Amino acid sequence: MLDVDIQHRQGAFSLNARFQSDGKLTALFGPSGSGKTTVVNAIGGLVRPDHGRIAVQGRMLVDTKKGVFVPKHRRRIGYVFQEGRLFPHLNVRQNLLFGRWFTPRRERTTGFESVVELLGIGHLLERRPATLSGGEKQRVAIGRALLADPQLLLMDEPLASLDEARKAEIFPYIERLRDEGGVPIVLVSHSVPEIARLATTVVVLSEGRVAASGPASDILRHTILFRQTGLTEAGALIEAQVLRHEADFGLTVLQAGAGTLTVPLLDHPTGSRMRVRLRARDIILSLHEPKGMSALNVLPGFISSIEEAEGPSMDVQLDCGGDALVARVTRKSIAELGLKPGLHVHAIIKSIAFDPDALGGAKPENM
Amino acid sequence: MTDWLSPEEWTAVRLSLKVAFVAMAASLVPGIAIALLLERGRFWGRQFLDVLVHLPLVLPPVVVGWFLLIGFGRRGPIGSFLAEQFGIVFSFRWTGAALACAIMGFPLLVRAIRLSIAAVDRKLEDAAGTLGAHPVWVFAVVTLPLIVPGIIAGMVLSFAKAMGEFGATITFVSNIPGETQTIPSAIYTYTQVPGGESGAMRLTLVSIAVSVAALWLSEWLARRMRGRIHA
Repeated sequence: MLDVDIQHRQGAFSLNARFQSDGKLTALFGPSGSGKTTVVNAIGGLVRPDHGRIAVQGRMLVDTKKGVFVPKHRRRIGYVFQEGRLFPHLNVRQNLLFGRWFTPRRERTTGFESVVELLGIGHLLERRPATLSGGEKQRVAIGRALLADPQLLLMDEPLASLDEARKAEIFPYIERLRDEGGVPIVLVSHSVPEIARLATTVVVLSEGRVAASGPASDILRHTILFRQTGLTEAGALIEAQVLRHEADFGLTVLQAGAGTLTVPLLDHPTGSRMRVRLRARDIILSLHEPKGMSALNVLPGFISSIEEAEGPSMDVQLDCGGDALVARVTRKSIAELGLKPGLHVHAIIKSIAFDPDALGGAKPENM
Repeated sequence: MTDWLSPEEWTAVRLSLKVAFVAMAASLVPGIAIALLLERGRFWGRQFLDVLVHLPLVLPPVVVGWFLLIGFGRRGPIGSFLAEQFGIVFSFRWTGAALACAIMGFPLLVRAIRLSIAAVDRKLEDAAGTLGAHPVWVFAVVTLPLIVPGIIAGMVLSFAKAMGEFGATITFVSNIPGETQTIPSAIYTYTQVPGGESGAMRLTLVSIAVSVAALWLSEWLARRMRGRIHA
C-alpha cells in the first residue's frame, strides 16, 4: 500500500500530488515536466517535500507535520534509475550484492540465484558495467535494487534510454517481477503502450497535479487523460485467453468477455491468459451487424456513455459482454448515427491493429 | 653507486626522500578532508578557508617559512605548546622540513583531489543511498574508489613539490647537514663554494631521476585505475 500526499515547489514548478495505490505495479504517467520523477524521488528519499506525508506498507516515511523524514538509506525502497547508475568500479556481481552488505541478515529474503535467473544475467556476473549493453545494464540495475530486499521498487523510466529491441528484451522481466516478484512496483512512464502492457494501477499526472488514478483498465479508456502524449495510443485494456492458433493464416484467436478476437499469430501457448489493448482510434462502430467485410473482429455491445475528447472527436464508451471498450468517433458520426447511451452497436476492429505492443502476458489477478 | 655520491650527498638524498614521503603521507588525510569540505561543504568561511589553503601557492616561500618560524619555532605559540605537551619539536629538525614541505605542497594536493571529487557523479552516491548505505559508507565504498586517480595525482604533486622545496625549508629549519639539508639545500650549498659544480650536478641528476620516476609511477597507477573503472 502506497499513500502519497505531498506539496513541493522547485523553482517555478509546483507539485501537489495525492494518490493511493495498492496495485502490484503502479504506473505514474504524464508528459515531461508533469512531476513524475519528483514524486518518485520524494518516495525514494532523494527529494524532501515541502509539505505532506508519504507512507509505504503502513510505514510513515515522511510526515512534515510531525517532522518525520526517514533518510534514503533507511527506507528500504529500491530505485531503478533511468540511466542504470551501476557502480563503474565494481563488477556485475559486486553491484548486485551492494545493497546486501547493508541489509540486516535476517531480512535478506531474496535469493541471489533466483534474481540472477529471473533477470537472465548469470553470464554477466564477472563483467564490468562499462562493457554491458543498455538492456543488460538495466537488468543488472533491477537485480541490484531487488537484492536489497526493498519494501517497494521504484523504476524511473527504466526503458526510456533503450531502443525498441532492448525494450522488448526487458518487458518480460518486468512482467515476471510484477507477477512473481512479490514486491510492489512504482513505474514512471510517458509511454501508453508501456503502461498498457505493465500497469495494474495508473496515476495520471498533469502539471504537478493528479489528473486521475485507478485500475489501469478504467483509466486507459478515458483517452482525454492522455491527450498530451498518448492520445493515439490510449484505449481499452481487456483480458483474454488464447483459444487456438490458425498457423496457416498466421493468426491466433483469443477469447475475451466481449467475444473472440483474431490477432496476428502469437507464440503464447493455448489457454494462456494475456492482456489486450484496443486503441480507441482502431475501433469502428456500426449500428447493424456488418456482412461482407474484411475485418475479422466484430464485438456486439451497448453504449454506456459518450465523453468529450479532443477536437472533432468524442469517446464512445462501450460495454461488450462485460468488457469495457472505447471507440473514438467524430461528432458528425455520432449525430448522423444517433449514437446515445443504451444503444446496441457493433464494434469492429481490424486484426492488424493488434501490434506486438498491444499484447502482453498477464495473470488474471493483475488486470 | 656509493662511490658516485659522497656520504654527505647520500645523506641529503635519503633525507630528502624521507622528508618528502612524510610530508606527502601526513598531508593525505587532511588533504582529502579539506578538498571534500571545499567542494561539498556549504558553511560560513568557506571562501576564507579556500584562500588560506591556496596561500602557499602564491606567497613567496620565504614568507611561508617566516610564518612557520614565528608560529612553530621554539618560542612560537604553537611550537612551544607542541614541545611542552607532546615533545614534538619542529624547529631545526627534519620534522620541521617535512612540515614546511607539507604546507607548500598542500594546495597542489587539495586541488587535484578536489577536481576529482567534482567529477564524481553524485547520482551514483544517491543510488548507493537507496541501496541502504549510510553516507559514511557511501563515501568509503563509492566516492573514495572513484577519486583514487585524483588522490594519486595529488600525492605525486605533493611529493614532487616536497623534493624541490627550498625557500620555506631553509627559512624555517635552516640548512643543517644530516638534519635539515635536503637535496635543494645541498645543491645551494655546493653553489656557494668553489669547485662545487660537480657535486651540484650529481645532485641535480638525482633530483631529475626522482621526479621522473614519481611522474612515471603516477601515470602508471592512474592508467591502471582508469582501466579498472572503464574496462
